[in-house]
Amino acid sequence: MLKIKNLSAYYGSVRALSGVTMHVREGEIVTLIGANSAGKTTLLNAICGLVRKDGDLAFAGQSLMGLAPEVIVGLGLSQVPEGRQLFAPMTVAENLELGAYRRYRKESKAAINADLERVFQLFPRLKDRLAQQAGTMSGGEQQMLAIGRALMARPRLLLLDEPSLGLAPIVVEDILARLSQLRAEGVTILLVEQNARVALKVADRAYVLETGRIILSGAAADLLQDRQVTRAYLGRDYKEFTEGR
Amino acid sequence: MENFAPLLQYLISGLTNGAIYALIALGFGIIYNATTIINFAQGEMVMLGALCAISIYHVAPSLPLAFAGAVVLVTCVGLVFERLALRPVKDPTPIALIIITVGGAVLIKGVAMLIWGKEAYALPPFSGNDPIHLGPATILPQNLWVLGITAISVLALEAFFRLTLVGKAMRACAYNTRAARLVGIAAGRMVQLSFGLSAALGAGAGILIAPLTLGVYDMGTMLGLKGFSAAIIGGLGSLAGGVLGGLVLGVAEALATGFISSGYRDAVAFLLLLLVLFLRPQGLVGGRK
Repeated sequence: MLKIKNLSAYYGSVRALSGVTMHVREGEIVTLIGANSAGKTTLLNAICGLVRKDGDLAFAGQSLMGLAPEVIVGLGLSQVPEGRQLFAPMTVAENLELGAYRRYRKESKAAINADLERVFQLFPRLKDRLAQQAGTMSGGEQQMLAIGRALMARPRLLLLDEPSLGLAPIVVEDILARLSQLRAEGVTILLVEQNARVALKVADRAYVLETGRIILSGAAADLLQDRQVTRAYLGRDYKEFTEGR
Repeated sequence: MENFAPLLQYLISGLTNGAIYALIALGFGIIYNATTIINFAQGEMVMLGALCAISIYHVAPSLPLAFAGAVVLVTCVGLVFERLALRPVKDPTPIALIIITVGGAVLIKGVAMLIWGKEAYALPPFSGNDPIHLGPATILPQNLWVLGITAISVLALEAFFRLTLVGKAMRACAYNTRAARLVGIAAGRMVQLSFGLSAALGAGAGILIAPLTLGVYDMGTMLGLKGFSAAIIGGLGSLAGGVLGGLVLGVAEALATGFISSGYRDAVAFLLLLLVLFLRPQGLVGGRK
């Protein structure tokens, strides 16, 4: 569904990604793990058309190279950006409405309202807060709203950038559980995480990104056992390694 | 009691001028919200509004036609200005864009001088010149037109930003441009729209004030600076702030003119601006951080 071939991305003249090749199949949950500044956010922004890039990038058979972000959203690819990036002074209802911004011209109000109901089923708490300012909600609720806003564009592929950032573990688990539910409803998911443990638990496959390159890939269950991954990203005790040898 | 009659009179003329400043200030605020730049060509839109209306009225003496025609024309000027002067800039830092708007203002003023020359033109008042007596003071019908149309414009703007999808998209862009692009809002389109909207507001202000002052090619500079001051005094980017800033500025000027001397009129405006910048830089209403 998403094919990335030899993709490089730049901030000004600084190369933040070099030759990334990966893919996401329809119906999968794929996770991309890596430390701070490994290039995870850059990769997502390159996919969404926010940063300059070269290489090959195709979604559902169509090349995304040179397309503006607003066009890419229309193709069925939505991002939940790092740090939620809500329209903080606006209400929950307005945030959700703007999520469907590109659909109002083409689709019926009923179709959009049906998706609104879907979002409420996923995150019932949002329904009670429709008139509240988005910026005044708790971190977990803001993350729910950010995901809900992205879903309002009715994406076929959902990109999530560090949804666990700054949230209590119990909230993270709740939100990641929703991702499996979304997959069951037919949404393909690419999850970018620093919190490798939770990401690998929910994902089918995983890629490990380090200083702008993919250094490892495989089934999520295998990577959970991989020595290199466990040491670098799961923070398991070093002793455990040396003794397990 | 002796001072009451002139006081009321000053208030009326102050509020009228203030309403004009408010319309111009809103133009500054809308563009600031969309781009974080100050569009110093805003005052020239006011001048163009006045002179275009006068020219159209000269050809076809119908005030509604002159009003609508001038607003449409100046809106197009605003859109073209954004498209030709600002959008092609390779490295659009705010300071570069602001300097371009200053240059644009000089250019527009120069072209206006070539078209209309240096003399001042009059536009007849919208409905006669018979003063209405209001207790000890009098009020001209044109003052009521200014206040009424400003009030309607402000309410319409508020409704546009609160209730329509495009208005909400413009606000979303102001709050978080990256997130707005990620939900599919074409940020460039919103910037262009903000220039069109601001030009329309400026043109409206120019047409409203033309019967009271006269239209001349260099009227825009001072009005633009006053509108800018009003926007800063009220709080840049805030709708309520722009209106409040405009009215406060207008009334302060009128009081200074009446009680001290008309020579201090402009000084009062900029003194007020400096005071606000020193004491409350976010403006009376606060606005964005």
